[in-house]
Amino acid sequence: MKKYILQSIRLTAVLLVLLCVIYPLIVAFAGGFSKGKGGGEKITKNGQVVGYALLGQSFTKAQYFWGRPSAVGYNAAGSAGSNKGPSNADYLKEVSNRADSLLKYHPYLKRTDIPADMVTASGSGLDPNISIEGASIQVKRVAAFRHLDEAAVADLVKTHIQGPLLGLFGPSSVNVLELNLALDELKAK
Amino acid sequence: MNTELLGIIATYLLTLAIAIPLGKYLAKVFAGEKVWTDFLKPVEKGIFKLSGINTNEQMNWKQAMKAMLTINLVWLVYGFFVLLNQDKLPLNPDGNPGMTPDLAFNTIISFVVNCNLQHYSGESGVSYLTQHVVLMFLQFVSAATGLAAAVVFFKAFRDKTTATLGNFWEYFVKSITRLLLPLALIMAIILAFSGTPSSYEGKDQFISLQGDTVNVSRGPAAGFIAIKHLGTNGGGWFGANSAHPLENPSYFTNMVELIAQVILPIAMVIAFGYFIRKRKLAWMIFGVMTIGMFLLLIPTVSSELGGNPAIAKMGISQLSGAMEGKEVRFGPAISGYWSTVTTIISTGSVNSMHDSTMPLTGLWQLLGMMINAFYGGCGVGVLNYFIYLIIAVFISGLMVGRTPEFLGHKVEAREIKIAAIITLLSPFLILAGTALSSYVFMAHGDAAWAVQPKNWLNNPGFHGFSEMLYEITSSNANNGSGFEGLGDNNVFWNVTSGFILFLGRFLPIIGPVAIAGLLGAKKYIPESAGTLKTDTMTFSLMTFAVILVLNALSYFPALALGPLAEYFTLIK
Repeated sequence: MKKYILQSIRLTAVLLVLLCVIYPLIVAFAGGFSKGKGGGEKITKNGQVVGYALLGQSFTKAQYFWGRPSAVGYNAAGSAGSNKGPSNADYLKEVSNRADSLLKYHPYLKRTDIPADMVTASGSGLDPNISIEGASIQVKRVAAFRHLDEAAVADLVKTHIQGPLLGLFGPSSVNVLELNLALDELKAK
Repeated sequence: MNTELLGIIATYLLTLAIAIPLGKYLAKVFAGEKVWTDFLKPVEKGIFKLSGINTNEQMNWKQAMKAMLTINLVWLVYGFFVLLNQDKLPLNPDGNPGMTPDLAFNTIISFVVNCNLQHYSGESGVSYLTQHVVLMFLQFVSAATGLAAAVVFFKAFRDKTTATLGNFWEYFVKSITRLLLPLALIMAIILAFSGTPSSYEGKDQFISLQGDTVNVSRGPAAGFIAIKHLGTNGGGWFGANSAHPLENPSYFTNMVELIAQVILPIAMVIAFGYFIRKRKLAWMIFGVMTIGMFLLLIPTVSSELGGNPAIAKMGISQLSGAMEGKEVRFGPAISGYWSTVTTIISTGSVNSMHDSTMPLTGLWQLLGMMINAFYGGCGVGVLNYFIYLIIAVFISGLMVGRTPEFLGHKVEAREIKIAAIITLLSPFLILAGTALSSYVFMAHGDAAWAVQPKNWLNNPGFHGFSEMLYEITSSNANNGSGFEGLGDNNVFWNVTSGFILFLGRFLPIIGPVAIAGLLGAKKYIPESAGTLKTDTMTFSLMTFAVILVLNALSYFPALALGPLAEYFTLIK
């Protein structure tokens, strides 16, 4: 027994060096060659960092495309889903209210036009994407607010569709931050 | 065929394409045969020398289990100390506090037992030091513990009669050097190049496009996420686990993480067959496990794609399926696949919030964890399955009126007793634990804990009951996923689930290893016309029936009170 204890302690010490010093340092070194140099890829506009490529942000103003509801308000210091169960009455009321609020700002829509992702909170609270339908229903509002040609904005959405992986696997989506950055550019023209 | 379903099929096929050759490789590694990774031998020799271990020393099953328990105990003590004092230790750029004793108790057990149930949130609850030298360290070594225990078990059936089962330390270290570490390195680098942070920079701050000030938690996550999946651990670097865009940036990384968590459990089944030179038996076991998985997978994906009937009633379009708690870049189909995989194999990482999945999905998730043997956890999956198999041998033996045998060894009262105790342990822990928590919730709602029992549940009614049932089931299965709405960081949940985690880990390892050790030491009886063959289709069906009947009898009432009741209220 005493032999096992000593062996255990020594083995633990050796493995701590291998697994907790050598391994992460190799990964950190290799990661230094990635796009974000290991700190996460940032997006800059006029030299200012305006966000992380992978992280969704809160868009509430009328001139922008909006993202999904978030349980953490897109504050990336934390992350969480709502954890609301499918039969929770308060939750269902909230979903219905979100739909009503969308209808208020997009009076040209019917409820059946609203895709589920626009009225439900994401898993991380930081979802950077919305569905294609989620972007399409906002085109008219955004174009009207910015006095832009509706077709031009619709085209912009179309060019920002991220298709399935290799064209074969998974869903299509639109990255809200990228779309809004391009939208700001469109205005400048 | 739509692209989301195609994604599931491709992911599963790629998994097999990697897991099957890996299984053959593992059999060779553990048998000490020549393999191309033998260039690592000097590294292993160095490790053994520094640790004072002589790998020629043969252990019987008791010695192997003693070695296993001893080193696990060392990790418990060491890790508990670090968790309590992480605020005073270096590498804490975000200034996170030390853990309370009950939270540290829960967390350390949870990571030692390969469960990774997390009652803290990664961003605010642990320092980078803790993430590395406790949590990630344990993700490696707990997986290696499971693998090594499984190999000790394999060894009992390799030769006709044997009392010694090899050297636990050798299997343990080889699991790391020949398998976990190289694979983790490859995967971590893939993740780092897909956008997962890997450097030691702390929190960042920026002004968003519309002018909000946003903080961003980061840190060296890539290496952690790699081993969290390969070792079927599942604990997230960030609170939202693999739903977090930095932890799982794209559909591609999602496939990588999905494949990574299943390859070792499948490979170990294949390795079993090659190691004991009974390949047909392994393929039969693999077949039963695969059928079991698909029986859980198909209804899960279909219920998620169907969407929430209550939201459908509002007239909202659910073209893609149920979206609450899901990420758009993954979609409901592969999220459903993930939820099946992560519950049957005890990873417990999530890419969508299980608390928000449809009631029937919750049912299949719970059932997957209750059965806990369709592929199962790293190494322990085979051990769990073996218990069902022994029960099936026993029942079949009774049916045909012969002394039951397994691989040429008589299965007698002692072995059956062990198998029966292990079989009964799960329902006992799950049902007693859920009953206790339900009682506390009802009768002591105002108890002055960090979260008062009356505020535990994030959802009312049947779903609230499911939250408690899920937490206990996940603890017993060493799974680690949760219906995360549950307010679980308080003394009751930390202590209760801590004990269940511990018992649910070590007894189901020791039991099968003991049975194997006892059987292996018995006289070998050559196969005759009267032998009950265990590698046939008929016997596989029998095992499958045993799995179904045992679990249905044990858990149907609890499942009826939770997810089933919720389902019927939702569709009415």
